[in-house]
Amino acid sequence: MSLLTVNNITKRFDGLVAVDDVSIRVDEGEIVSVIGPNGAGKTTFFNMLTGIYPVTTGEIIFDGKALHNLTPQEIVERGMARTFQNLRLFADMRVIENVLLGFHTKVKYGFLDTLLRTPRYRKEERELHTEAIEILRSIGLESKIDSYATNLPYGDQKRLEIARAIATKARLLLLDEPAAGMNPQESEELLQFIQSLKKRGYTIVLIEHDMSVVMKISDRIYVLDHGRLIAEGTPEQIGKNKAVIDAYLGKEEE
Amino acid sequence: MRNTLGVFSRVRLFIDSRRAIMLPVAIAVLLVLPLIIQSQYILRIMVMIGVYSVLALSLNLVTGYTGQVSLGHAAFYAIGAYTSALLSTKLGLNFFVTAPLAAVFAGICGLMLGLPTLRLTGSYLSITTMGFCEVVRMVLLNWESLTNGPLGIQKIPKPMFFGTPLNLANRGLYYLMLAMVGITAYCIHAIVRSNTGRALTAIRDDELAATMMGVRAMRHKVLAFVVSAFFSGLAGAFYAHMINYIDPNTFTFDTSIVILSIVIMGGMGTMTGPFLGSVLLISFPEILRFMAEYRFVVYGAILVIMMRFRPQGFLGGQQLTSYRLPKHVVRPVSGREN
Repeated sequence: MSLLTVNNITKRFDGLVAVDDVSIRVDEGEIVSVIGPNGAGKTTFFNMLTGIYPVTTGEIIFDGKALHNLTPQEIVERGMARTFQNLRLFADMRVIENVLLGFHTKVKYGFLDTLLRTPRYRKEERELHTEAIEILRSIGLESKIDSYATNLPYGDQKRLEIARAIATKARLLLLDEPAAGMNPQESEELLQFIQSLKKRGYTIVLIEHDMSVVMKISDRIYVLDHGRLIAEGTPEQIGKNKAVIDAYLGKEEE
Repeated sequence: MRNTLGVFSRVRLFIDSRRAIMLPVAIAVLLVLPLIIQSQYILRIMVMIGVYSVLALSLNLVTGYTGQVSLGHAAFYAIGAYTSALLSTKLGLNFFVTAPLAAVFAGICGLMLGLPTLRLTGSYLSITTMGFCEVVRMVLLNWESLTNGPLGIQKIPKPMFFGTPLNLANRGLYYLMLAMVGITAYCIHAIVRSNTGRALTAIRDDELAATMMGVRAMRHKVLAFVVSAFFSGLAGAFYAHMINYIDPNTFTFDTSIVILSIVIMGGMGTMTGPFLGSVLLISFPEILRFMAEYRFVVYGAILVIMMRFRPQGFLGGQQLTSYRLPKHVVRPVSGREN
């Protein structure tokens, strides 16, 4: 059953049509990539999915319910979380605090519990911290819980951002260029990590420039160019697709 | 890495790593001190340090933890002071009734100011809060039928504790101040260590990312503002009953700046910073009293030097101690790496 269905969404900024009538479908447990040259509208597409931009027309259905034009907070609560193209960690917070923040919407104790440090508050905080450490362990950052996010090496910061998204209990992770700026060895590790996420039952939508990454891990690929969907299919089909090659490398002169 | 650290970071590490001993020792010293010190002049300074600690702790929640710079905190201080003073002089209510009411009223004012203005960011917010401070002062100055205008309110009674007036001579005011500081520090610390506190710090670091993690940024900013106004109002109420006389000129823009300077100097986003900042900035003018008006030059120079060499404040910036996990949570293998 499809977890995410996007039907004909369009985003218009005054005269500029950034995303034009795009439809995609993501099934549960899939890794789906959205690729395209610079300025193709990939990030705008993500920003609509996560509620940063309202959609001009079209609809987004997640888990059977309409999602378009909800606030980012409501979308996170429904189970969809993202990472950013340029890192947006909480730089002056510790690694573990960054992950704890991912739990934000799921915390049940209230303000009075906080002030009175009720047993309910203590119990839940204990559970949250244990769970945060568990997530950090699964991502290989458990020895760095005390570090400030800004002091981590680049690759670790990227992974921490994914850890934070996982902490929201999202079923669908939207990763915006996770391999950007990584060296081949780092992106190879990332690849394995994303595959391990799939095994753990996450559904993943990926925006990526690094074609070696995309071709290796995607189940299906959607290609955007100038805001339009120009191709979709398995990595093999996309690799041979004339339109895609033209969009990336330019058309051959006749 | 360790040997390159500044002296302040080392002091900080020394204090933080001995937290379990330092806190009880500090409390014990503060409890015993007034029994040794006989000079009412020094006691008064100590009580004022306490008042400013409460103001700085509350502003720190908004500015240090949430990253919203308010230049109008003297307004809530004034609202608390006037509310409590008027309730006690006009209705004859006891301080222990008027002070909480004053704090609640200041909190309500914080809510009313926060709702429209916290949509602003950065310097726009600072200017608006500064304007609010001036509006409050003008109201106090011109609403003569209620506030007695520039003449201020006189003969504000001392807090009565089971029939005994609390003053400096019987040390009652001092211990009352300690209780107030204690309650404020406890509440703010509790907030900071919770889910709410993490959301506030996240808003400071990256508001969009916080929003994308599900934090309702506006709601949290307003909450921080209200809590902050509440405790500033409490400090105001205490001040009014301690001094027995208030007028609008006690609560000027300068006062807001002093509170902000304390927060910045002590270290934004720390629990200990506001205390250190208050001790330094409140006792300094007294120590430098022989310099008369020139002391403001020294005061300014210190702030400039601070901004150049230690912008994060004496105790601010990254801490070297490990993150404090809740009890019974097992720490994974190694601690800090860098």
